[in-house]
Order: sequence, then C-alpha cells, then structure tokens
Amino acid sequence: MRIAILSGGLNAERDVSLRSGRRVAEALRDTMPVAEIVEVDLNGEFLDSLGSATGKHSFDVVVPLIHGAIGEDATLRSMLELKGIPFVGSSAASAARSFDKGVASGLVPNGSAPQFVAFPQSFFREMGAPRILETVIVGIGLPLVVKPISGGSALGVRLCADAEQVAPALVDAFGYGDRVMLQSAVSGTELAVTVIDIGGEPIALPPVEIVPLSGVYDFDARYTAGATEFFVPCRLDSDVVQRVSDYAVAVHAYLGLRDISRTDLIVDSDGTIWFLEVNIAPGMTETSLVPQAIEAAGLNVGGVFSDLVTQAVTRSH
Amino acid sequence: MDPWVDSYAQRAQGLTASAIRALFAVASRPEVVSLAGGMPFVSALDSDRFAEIAARVVREQGAVALQYGSGQGDQTLREQILEISGLVGVRSHPDDVVVTAGSQMGLDLVTKIFCDPGDTVLVESPSYVGALGVFRSYQCNVVHVAMDSEGLDPQALREALVHARASDSPVKLIYTIPSFHNPAGLTQSFQRRQEILAIAQEFNVPILEDDPYGLLGFEGEPPQAIRSLDDQGVIYLGSFSKIIASGLRVGWVIAPHGVREKLVLAAEAATLCPSNFSQLTVSRYLAEQPWQQQIKVFQELYRERRDSLLQSMQALMPAGTTWTVPKGGFYSWVTLPHQLNATTMLPRAISSLVAYVPGTGFYADGQGAHNLRLSYCYPDPSRIEEGVRRLAGVIEAELDLVNTFGVKTSGETRGNSQPQLNPNSDLI
Repeated sequence: MRIAILSGGLNAERDVSLRSGRRVAEALRDTMPVAEIVEVDLNGEFLDSLGSATGKHSFDVVVPLIHGAIGEDATLRSMLELKGIPFVGSSAASAARSFDKGVASGLVPNGSAPQFVAFPQSFFREMGAPRILETVIVGIGLPLVVKPISGGSALGVRLCADAEQVAPALVDAFGYGDRVMLQSAVSGTELAVTVIDIGGEPIALPPVEIVPLSGVYDFDARYTAGATEFFVPCRLDSDVVQRVSDYAVAVHAYLGLRDISRTDLIVDSDGTIWFLEVNIAPGMTETSLVPQAIEAAGLNVGGVFSDLVTQAVTRSH
Repeated sequence: MDPWVDSYAQRAQGLTASAIRALFAVASRPEVVSLAGGMPFVSALDSDRFAEIAARVVREQGAVALQYGSGQGDQTLREQILEISGLVGVRSHPDDVVVTAGSQMGLDLVTKIFCDPGDTVLVESPSYVGALGVFRSYQCNVVHVAMDSEGLDPQALREALVHARASDSPVKLIYTIPSFHNPAGLTQSFQRRQEILAIAQEFNVPILEDDPYGLLGFEGEPPQAIRSLDDQGVIYLGSFSKIIASGLRVGWVIAPHGVREKLVLAAEAATLCPSNFSQLTVSRYLAEQPWQQQIKVFQELYRERRDSLLQSMQALMPAGTTWTVPKGGFYSWVTLPHQLNATTMLPRAISSLVAYVPGTGFYADGQGAHNLRLSYCYPDPSRIEEGVRRLAGVIEAELDLVNTFGVKTSGETRGNSQPQLNPNSDLI
C-alpha cells in the first residue's frame, strides 16, 4: 500500500503541519512496515500524481494533515473526492460546516457556543467601524475574544478585556482572513476532546486539560514545550468528564464528521460546556493535544492512524 | 511531550517557538517572493569548477582534509585571509587569525569569553538578528544605540557608555556592522569610524566589528575597516559566506594577541577544530581561482538587484513609506506609515505570497514595530519587482484596514509584548 501523508500547504500553519506530517509518517512506518509511506507537500504535481477518478492513482490513500485554509475547509477534500482517492478524515461537505467557526457554532448541540457575531472587513469599512463596534461591545459585553473565523493554532486570536483593545485586535485578526468573529469570552477549564470514529462507533478519548503558564493559550504557548501545562486525565469530576465526552461525540455527529476530530471547549464554574471550535485535521506535533489523548487512552498514534487508513481504504470499496 | 522541560538551563528559556518563525516556513515555497532571508546567490559560482576543486582536495590532500586539524585553523588559509582582509585595510599576522565555522561562530566565541550573564553589550539600533540571538543566549544586557544616516551615532554611543558607567552592568563590547549594515543598509563614513573608535578607546571598551559585506560595495573602493585604525581595541569578524559560499561555513576572527589565545582555547572546547575539508577547499579556491573577479561578479549581480528593489519601491510604494538606500550588501530598511505594524501585517503578506522580516526581530527591546527589512540578494530582478508590487498592495490593504478601525498606532504585537526572534538561516 502507498500512503501519502499530505502536509505543509501554503498558509500560516505550514510549519505546524509539516511537523504533524512527520510525526504521523514516523508512527505509521512503525506500525505498517510493509506500506510505503511518503510525505508530500500540496502542490500541482501532487494533484497530478493522484490521476483521475477513473484512472490509476499513484497512492492508495491520502492522510490530509494540512491545517487551516485549503486543508480543513472543503477545498482539498472536494478535490480528493473528485479524484476518487480514499482519504482519512471528514468529507468536503462536513469540512465546510466545521471549518467556519460561525457555521459550526450555529450547528452544535443546545446553543452551546458563547454569543458571537462574525463580520467581513468590508462591512466595517462601508458601515463605519465605530458604530458597529459600539453595538457589538454593548451587545456581547467584555471581555470578548477576537479571532479569524477560520484557521487554527490561535493565530490572530486576542482576548480583549477593554474596549480600546478591540480595534487593534481586529486589525490583527483580519491579517489571517476576510471574516472575523467577536465572541463573548468564557472563563473556566479549557479542554480538548479527541473523538476517534472507527467502525461507526465514535468514542471520546480522555479530555486534555490546558493550562498555559502565561494565561493565554496562544501560538507560543502551543508550540514551546513547557510553556503550557497539560493534565491528562483532566482534573474535573468524572460526571463532568462523561458529559464533556458525550458532548464531543455529539458535536462529531451533529456536524457529520468522520474518522477523527478534536473539539475545543470550556467548562465554566457552573459546569456549563461552551463550544469553541472543532478541528478535523488536528495538530499532531510533539506538543499537540491529540497525541496526548491517544497515549492517555492507552493507544498509540501509529495504531490509530493505521486503523483510520484501513477504514478509509475499505470505505472506498 | 518533552520530558526534560524542567531540566533546561535558564539561557535556553529564550529559545521559544514564535508565530513569526512559523510564517517563514511558507516563505520557502516557490510561489512566495521572499525578500526575507539573506541567502547569498551561490548559483553565481561555477559549480563544476567548485566540484573539481573539492574532488582534488580529497584526492590530493585527503589525509589532511579528512582528518582533525589545528584548532586555530589552517596556516595557509590564515595567510590567505590576511590577503583578503588587506582589501579593507586590515594588517595583521597569521597568528592573530582564528578560523571559525562562519563568522557567526566567531561572534559566539567572542561573546562567550567576554560576557558574563548581565553584562552589557552596546549594539546598533537596529542590529543583526543573529548577534542578538547570541547575546541573548549568553544572557547579556543588550542596549541599543541610535543610528543616523551614517550609522552608529557617536553622541548616542557616548551617552550610552556614560549611562552604563553609572550602572552595575559593565559594558563589555560595542558590537557594530560598519559597512552595508544588516539590517539598516547604512555605511559609516571613514570619519565616523574614527569618532566611534576614539570613544571606545576613551571608555576602554573593545569594538566587535562584524564585516561580512565589506567587499560587496557597489561604488568605489571597499570601506576601510575600523580594525585598520587600531589593532588592540578592535576584534574583527570576517566571512567567506558572501564572497564565496555560505554553505562552506568558513569565517574568521582577527583579534589582539591575548583575545586570540582565549579564542583558540574556546574554539577547541566548542568544536576541536574547524572543518579541514572546508578550509582546504576555500584555500585551494583562493589559490587557483580568480576570486577577486568573482567578487566583482557578485557586486554587479547584487547592484542590479538593489537597483531593481529601489526602482520598484520608488514606483510602487504607497506615500508615507520610506527606505534606506544601501551602497552595498544585501538589505534595505523600510519604515512603514506610522500607523502600521510590520509584525501584524506579516500574515497578510504571506497570504499575498511575499515575505519580509518584521523590524522587531532586530531589536532586543520591542522597538521596530513600524519597520521591516527587505533583502534583494536572492530573487532575480523581475521577481524583486513582483515582490515589491505584492508588498505595496499589502501595505495599501493594511492602511485601508487600519483606517477603517481608526487605529492610530499599532505598536503592540500579538501575544508577546516583546517578541524576540530566534534566528535561523531563513532570517540571516
């Protein structure tokens, strides 16, 4: 079997993606010694190498680990579907639902996303930013979080405790995309819950609790070993863990996701679950969350991904 | 996860991931015009001839080339180095030359033997990102000293030295790049060099003179090194990276006798000896090839690229953007309209397939938000023009955005109030 580990891409998360790809490729080489595992970057040559839906493919299956735009929205996945090549992970249609944080927030169970609005830059320009911001800040309240509507690794994300911080935060966030979300900031325990979906039975792995030493789980905190403390298992009561696990499985189902997903959420002091976002090509680097959850579940990255690869190939038959 | 997190030394704490560095991963894609990295255009060398030289080094001098060598470096090469340094007026003895793995290693060794944690190093404002990385790793107190159009400002230097004298932290080094400065693109006049040297002598602080671009001027004779004026108070760093090839990793330090002795011991402790293979290859290249002619080829190539950059900026940059006009070297330093922040703007530039290095990378104290460095050494002139066109579009879009939100100054950068770049070869 020839497996393409697709990583890199052309957005701000390229470096993270390359590291994810390397990690998964190494793990798969251990568990699938007979398979030929090739790390490839996304470019025209790669697309050509996939051949056509009716012709011969140079790979048997693709593991897309491109993070952010193109990789986690519908773009790449639609292309793979048109080419008729099996791939690990969610379909183009469900990627379109999950990638846009605004769309996903509207679809998750029980209105569990904190209150938000999402606007394009042109709206601010044409209507006048001050009046919009005034309405938003009064309506949503402070503190609020400004973040690009799509994309990951907390790039362009800022917590605004007072009104003056909002406009500069928007300038920052619009650097990463044309639509930006302003969302009520919820405080509580930050968790990432991985769902592995093999044989039509999605299960939640142990939630990973995230405590950034700087207080904010930003890019530097994510990718500098030691800058964030992780607790797996998390320090919440078992009934909360159960609810959180059920919730992540429900998100996976509501959005029609496949194979693997990671739901990021906050549990506040009342025990209420707040949805932040869901990732369908979650980071697999040395400091990433999903590998920690996999290990805590007594599994290993190679084992999980070889099951997912086999499932993707079987699904296509 | 990393099980050794709690074991690292304090000096490793500055070695953190950063969003800026991650963005540069994209800059290596062919779609992106990178005006970021200072990679010499080594393709201008005759690679067949180089291959022949390397092959003959192994065939004819293999027993030496593939063996350990002198910690101070090959004797013949050290003599040849003096011939090259002579072009910038440096007169010395082969005994006072230490060969290093690029001048970056020289920078590291000099800092290692001079600076205890907390000692002060005076640097230009802005300064070379790779030097800041070294000073940070030795836990130095880095103080930036203002520059004017002729580089390091003597008045500001004097004030900084007076100020430091009143503090607990002794000034151990004055680090300067007098010719075709990285990143500022400025060059000190001869008179300026004399003034700076006089002040250093008065305060009895050694000058660490970093001169990798000295022979890459576009007009007239190469500027004479500060070291040409004083052989006791100046430690001189030179490099083959820009006049032959950076991949060879051969540079040198010319130091006063006592410093040189310490340097050799420190170098031996660090690496035992520089690569004999690289040294012999360089030595043979210098002996057999018209290297001065090759430097002229590089000068012409970079001058043409500099012209392309300057002409494109003149034609395309939005009003309110200014830049320095380098007379040699690789870089121009751009100042954006005051309401823009080059770090915040970088992801937009990357999405628009053009890369630069944000100005904050060249400061240890968070300055430089409104600046960026453009390097013209690697892309060909038409790509440079395309890159400037994209960048001009990015600046216009960012101005539009900032005006939309009425943001006056966008000095703060995301997440970290004092972002520091750990240098890598994409940024040098």
